[in-house]
Amino acid sequence: MALLELRNISKIYHLGGEEIRALDDISLDIEAGEFVSIIGPSGSGKSTLMHILGCLDSPSLGSIKLDGTEIGKASQRELAQIRNRKIGFVFQFFNLLPKLNVVQNVELPMIYSGVGGRERRARSVKSLELVELGHRLRNRPNQLSGGQQQRVAIARALVNDPRIILADEPTGNLDTHTGEVILALFRRLSEEGRTVILVTHNPEIAAVTPRKIEIRNGKVATKVDEKLAGLDRQPTPVSTPVS
Amino acid sequence: MSFLNAILVGLKEIWAHKFRSVLTMLGIVLGVSSLVAMSAMVQGMENGMKEALVAIGGLQKMRVEAQSVPVEQRHMKDFATGVTLRDVQALLASAPEVEIVSPEMRLESSPTLAANGKTHRTFMTAGCWPVQLEMVEHRVEHGRMFNELDNEQARDVCVIGTGIRDELFGKPEETGEEIIPIGRQMSVNGYPLTIIGMFERYEGEQERRQRELEQEENAARRAAGPAGAASGPKRSRGWGGGSGRRGNWAFWIKNNTVYMPLNTMWLKFKSGQTNLPPEPRLSNMEIRIRDVDKIDLALNQIRNVLMVNHRGIEDFSFRTQEDWADQIQTAVKNARLSGGFIAAISLFVGGIGIMNIMLASISERIREIGIRKAVGAGGLDIFVQILVESMVIAVVGGAFGLVASKAVIWLISEVTPTDNAPIMTIGAMGFAFGFSVLVGVVAGLFPALKAARMNVIQSLRYD
Ligand SMILES: Nc1ncnc2c1ncn2[C@@H]1O[C@H](COP(=O)(O)OP(=O)(O)OP(=O)(O)O)[C@@H](O)[C@H]1O
Ligand SMILES: [Mg+2]
Repeated sequence: MALLELRNISKIYHLGGEEIRALDDISLDIEAGEFVSIIGPSGSGKSTLMHILGCLDSPSLGSIKLDGTEIGKASQRELAQIRNRKIGFVFQFFNLLPKLNVVQNVELPMIYSGVGGRERRARSVKSLELVELGHRLRNRPNQLSGGQQQRVAIARALVNDPRIILADEPTGNLDTHTGEVILALFRRLSEEGRTVILVTHNPEIAAVTPRKIEIRNGKVATKVDEKLAGLDRQPTPVSTPVS
Repeated sequence: MSFLNAILVGLKEIWAHKFRSVLTMLGIVLGVSSLVAMSAMVQGMENGMKEALVAIGGLQKMRVEAQSVPVEQRHMKDFATGVTLRDVQALLASAPEVEIVSPEMRLESSPTLAANGKTHRTFMTAGCWPVQLEMVEHRVEHGRMFNELDNEQARDVCVIGTGIRDELFGKPEETGEEIIPIGRQMSVNGYPLTIIGMFERYEGEQERRQRELEQEENAARRAAGPAGAASGPKRSRGWGGGSGRRGNWAFWIKNNTVYMPLNTMWLKFKSGQTNLPPEPRLSNMEIRIRDVDKIDLALNQIRNVLMVNHRGIEDFSFRTQEDWADQIQTAVKNARLSGGFIAAISLFVGGIGIMNIMLASISERIREIGIRKAVGAGGLDIFVQILVESMVIAVVGGAFGLVASKAVIWLISEVTPTDNAPIMTIGAMGFAFGFSVLVGVVAGLFPALKAARMNVIQSLRYD
């Protein structure tokens, strides 16, 4: 049984009588421990798919099973709990709270899972050390570089020890070098056994992931665009040390 | 998220927008303080009224007064006897619910009192029985009350209140020592009487404190020499305050009483009048019944006895203190309602202010709410957070409001001094505080609901 089972998933938006099928009858399985990249042209529905995978949104049609339980029709409260416990989401624009400092931002998911204050702090620090930001605990997000902010966001995604890490263009706002650092992090997470799913426009990143899913016009493309998937180039082993 | 955590986040949020929060709280502060101040003033007023009610004898007392014959009985006018001593005796003999009957015969128009080379016009000069003492709760402090024998023999004696003494012989505050004019002569409309007793001084709590303070000041001033003369006239206001320094009018009347034996009044003061009826006509009689709970039964008995005595002619009327007590209750209720209504409106306006600020706050924080939800906050968590924030504003505002109410009360009593000092009760403070918390909850409800219902994706996309 696959970790994630999508069957005939559609997401339909209605704009002034016009029907937009952001996702159109998508079926796919993702096994536990897979490292997947989702590619496709802009507006094809990648983010929409990620939101549904990440329980941030519900599909209009179809069923989605996480760990064998149907979540397509789950209530908002149940979805919030799944997001909290099983999924770590990394956004393109980091989405850190500017009023909180680095540790407080990382503590946030645990506040909603009822972890006590002391353990919360300890786990946040550990998680931040994992992304090598153990020395910037008291900084505000706006005092950090983009790459550092994204690492804080990753630390936050990891702090409740989720099985699935989802990242929607995590390197889209970063320069190539910083992007490689972040990518190395995701690779390590995948090697640790977590399921990692990335959305990317960058063929170099897609080239690193063993599995590539291409979305086109809301559907899974049967044949992957080689250029976009980075299949035309040698997968360069990412070995840049994290800095 | 734990409740404590929510409060902490709420406090931080408020601290982050200090100025805005203070302005919002101000509405609640004003609302709470005006509610407390209003209730304190009504409480002061009510206490003043209740003191007055007790001073005139409470609910057990009623009064029978002579009244002109009603129109439909005009043809029997010549048989009307008025209220007489026969009525008193009949009531004592035949109305078991009646405990005391005290006849009173007053001098019409204000008589002139003269003694010690001074004159004074008063209004409460009456002849009565010794039992009057018990009836109107007078206490003789110096000398004695006249007795049955004094009455029987119509002796030329009288008992006075301290107010009369103050006018004719001087106030203790001014003379420095209390003059007790027992044994001195005093003439009433030119007829000399011997003062044999003087009542104690009647005053309310507030007055006593004020007087004692003044006495101390006067003593200090006398000790300091004649330099410190009294500064101009003082003003005082308030319900039952009367005018000048008299304090509560019920006490003032009691202090300005002159009583003489009923027979003295009748024989020495009334016998000169023409067409004196065969029986001494009374101005009124006061009746005390045994049991307030049986007031209706007592009224029936009194009515029946008097109707027989008066051959069915209704030339008398009842007056009970019930009306008075009712009036007090109504006045207090009205004051409380109208004052409370206005104060509640200002608290309500404060609540609108909170709601406004909470709505502004959540639309500033749409993204924050989206992020919190994305990492696992449920709708309930967000709901509680916003609600707690609005409650924190209300609670802090309410607490400051309680402090401010003391200042408001002080300000009001400075601007319009009253004899009924405002009384802040714990109950009123608790109520006002509770009400402000309620306002905070209600004001936060809608913004909290709105925030809890926000769609995660839309909030995250919002800029
Ligand atoms: N709330 C919405 N209302 C209407 N249409 C929407 C909404 N959200 C997304 N869409 C539409 O759904 C389609 C897919 O959008 P999506 O954001 O998933 O694309 P994407 O593949 O992530 O694009 P990009 O690579 O530019 O991020 C687009 O055509 C978009 O206009
Ligand atoms: Mg996208």
